[in-house]
Amino acid sequence: MKNKRSMRLVAVLGALALVAAACGGGSDFEAGELGAVTIEAGEAIQIRSLQVITGPDAGLGIPEERAVRLAVTDYGSIAGHAVEVGTGLDDLCSADGGQAAAQTIVADDQVVGVIGTSCSGAATAAMPLVSDKGMVMISGSNTSPALTSDLLGTAGTDNHAGYYRTAHNDFIQGAAAANFLYGELGLTSVALIHDGDPYTNGLTNAMEAAWKELGGTVTVHTAVAKGQADMVPILTEVAATSPEAIFMPIFVAETTAIVQQIGGVAGLENVVLMGADAGLTDDVLLLPEAEGMYFSGPDLRFGDAASETGTSADAFLANYQAEYGEAPTAPFWAHAYDATVMLLTAIDAVGIVDGDKLHIDRAALRAELSSTSGFAGITGTLSCDDFGDCASGKITVIEHLDSGDIDASKANVVFSYAP
Amino acid sequence: MLSIHVTTPPTTERSSSRRFRFNWVDSFLWFIRIFAIITIVVGLTGSIQGFLAGEGPSVEQWRDLFISSVSTGAMYGLIALGYSMVYGVLGFINFAHGEVFMSGIMVGWISATLMFENGFWDANPFAALAVILLVAMFTSTLVAVVVERIAYRPLRNAPRLIPLITSIGVSFFLQYVFAGLFGVGVNSYPPPPGNLGNDVIIFGVPIEGTKILVIGVSILAMIGLWFFVARTKTGRAMRAVAEDKEIAGLMGINVDRTIVTTFAVGGAMAGVAGLLWALLFRGVIFTTGFLPGIKAFTAAVMGGIGNLPGAMLGGVLLGLFEGMGPLLVLDGLGIPAVSQLKDAVAFAALILVLVFRPSGLLGERLGSEDRV
Repeated sequence: MKNKRSMRLVAVLGALALVAAACGGGSDFEAGELGAVTIEAGEAIQIRSLQVITGPDAGLGIPEERAVRLAVTDYGSIAGHAVEVGTGLDDLCSADGGQAAAQTIVADDQVVGVIGTSCSGAATAAMPLVSDKGMVMISGSNTSPALTSDLLGTAGTDNHAGYYRTAHNDFIQGAAAANFLYGELGLTSVALIHDGDPYTNGLTNAMEAAWKELGGTVTVHTAVAKGQADMVPILTEVAATSPEAIFMPIFVAETTAIVQQIGGVAGLENVVLMGADAGLTDDVLLLPEAEGMYFSGPDLRFGDAASETGTSADAFLANYQAEYGEAPTAPFWAHAYDATVMLLTAIDAVGIVDGDKLHIDRAALRAELSSTSGFAGITGTLSCDDFGDCASGKITVIEHLDSGDIDASKANVVFSYAP
Repeated sequence: MLSIHVTTPPTTERSSSRRFRFNWVDSFLWFIRIFAIITIVVGLTGSIQGFLAGEGPSVEQWRDLFISSVSTGAMYGLIALGYSMVYGVLGFINFAHGEVFMSGIMVGWISATLMFENGFWDANPFAALAVILLVAMFTSTLVAVVVERIAYRPLRNAPRLIPLITSIGVSFFLQYVFAGLFGVGVNSYPPPPGNLGNDVIIFGVPIEGTKILVIGVSILAMIGLWFFVARTKTGRAMRAVAEDKEIAGLMGINVDRTIVTTFAVGGAMAGVAGLLWALLFRGVIFTTGFLPGIKAFTAAVMGGIGNLPGAMLGGVLLGLFEGMGPLLVLDGLGIPAVSQLKDAVAFAALILVLVFRPSGLLGERLGSEDRV
């Protein structure tokens, strides 16, 4: 039929036109196996920030997103193209949030890399999508060993190509917590509470392994549900085993509930409470009931260490205060800053200038990041291993003494540990 | 049930032999019942053996856990009343009731913070709590009535599924309105005022003051509700409308106004429950109403939907199952780290109660449209 034939002709012409457009341009640039991002003249390089910016744990992610933006400002443009972060994406500190945000990110082909996530649980869901698309993700606060490796050469169960992080691996933090409670405080029995997500569970497992190696006993290793309000049953279960300490590396809402309700459970009057970096936020430190608790977290005594942009910790904090009117509410701002600078430095290194266009080959970007070594950051000197761990990995334990002066508490380091 | 029919009267020609029939569904249900009973008995004996051997929680810890579970259960019961009443009158589940509950706590939090800051909180504990109670009840009632007027009244004659879906939408709408108004973080009430946090000795047993207050307030609220429903004219109108809306209208009862009253009373009970939440758990966030709402609905079904004493009983039992179930039964079965399974136990309890007694513990009370 005439209609069908003319339709077929149009289709063939259309296909030819598409092929011509794709092959046109007259450029010699050939993308590698993962494809490449081409930034036209006048366009900006697209990166994204994926942190927890709403909900009870927003105090953890908001400083990180702000650090990303400050880093982009400090770094400036790359090969004449500005760098754009766009709207900050929300990982909701959960797998659902991470997956939803990752779908938004991978839908945009121009995105080169992501700085995120805040929470390891979100990263385990986001990474398969990001990795498949050839993009890279550098986290400033993921610490779950499952995302990288066990530091002894075995890849973690959620390790994907294209993932890097400037925060420590929790095998180190678990060992730090174990050594503190056993060596410094002389305790021998501990109860472990996690909430089922990769970060908390990874950390309690790491702590348990280190603890048992030191010779301590774990009285019970149990979990709360995220968002759980009634902590009396679980505290009763823990109290029944009479531990000397409770290590509970859980997030803000659950930590708040436990410290507020622990007074009502017989048998836990003298127990030592210890949390980790997920609870190390202003929201928890401001609670009078949290006084006396210990928190492990990244070593924030950066001294004069400066990033390749020339910004040191003090300069960053001054900029942060000036820009946002407050100090960061959680510890991973420096790690997020270093992650951003690391990404931008790598883009700068692999970007191929083609007239007034810029080609960024994704495979080359990954190779560049993986070979990062001796990189100067606020958090120290960073070198990436085969699985994505790039951090310098120093852990400190602080003792929270005064909810009226949380800055003093945050600086009250009673123990430090490095691998 | 196995039915073994011995003889048929000779007159009935319905000789479709009503003899012994092996029914797969009934047998499976029986299997579940027996399996559940065995599991629970084994778990209980395991726990009792452990207790006698000196392991597990001590007597004081069990006692504190029991009281804590009962007070949580009393709170669930008050929320469940709202679900039961609305189902009895309108025949649909008001999923937004959890958010009605949350709204009272949120607005109460503002008054609590203000009173705490100017010292009124600690100086006059009972007056302060009375203020919170009034604020919470007023807010919850207001939200319930407004939701009824805007979202449910236009759908009065629609198929029952429609207002149910609407209520899910209203639930999310209210959650995010409150998130926008009150922020997305956890808003914490100040610690219980005065000496309420301390133990009071009753019959030689030290019980925390807040728990006593929670149980006491629930009992008073339940008595107040019973009096209202059983002894006042409005209460009688509510019961009539729940029984049969059409006939009640023909009898001269203003059905619309009675339905509004039902929502209002359910909201007021949720407001009381809000005060109890503030006393027991202190922290409120915009998602606070969701899970307790589902659990309270579970409790209402467990006690018999539409049945008010059933709702209260279901609530208390749910609190007990949820709080003590894991340690009492699952621990005895040798399952490690049982507290993670708290919610699983709560909902398993619902399933088991319905498997044993499908109409709920005290029997359901349905309107004429729903009765078969």
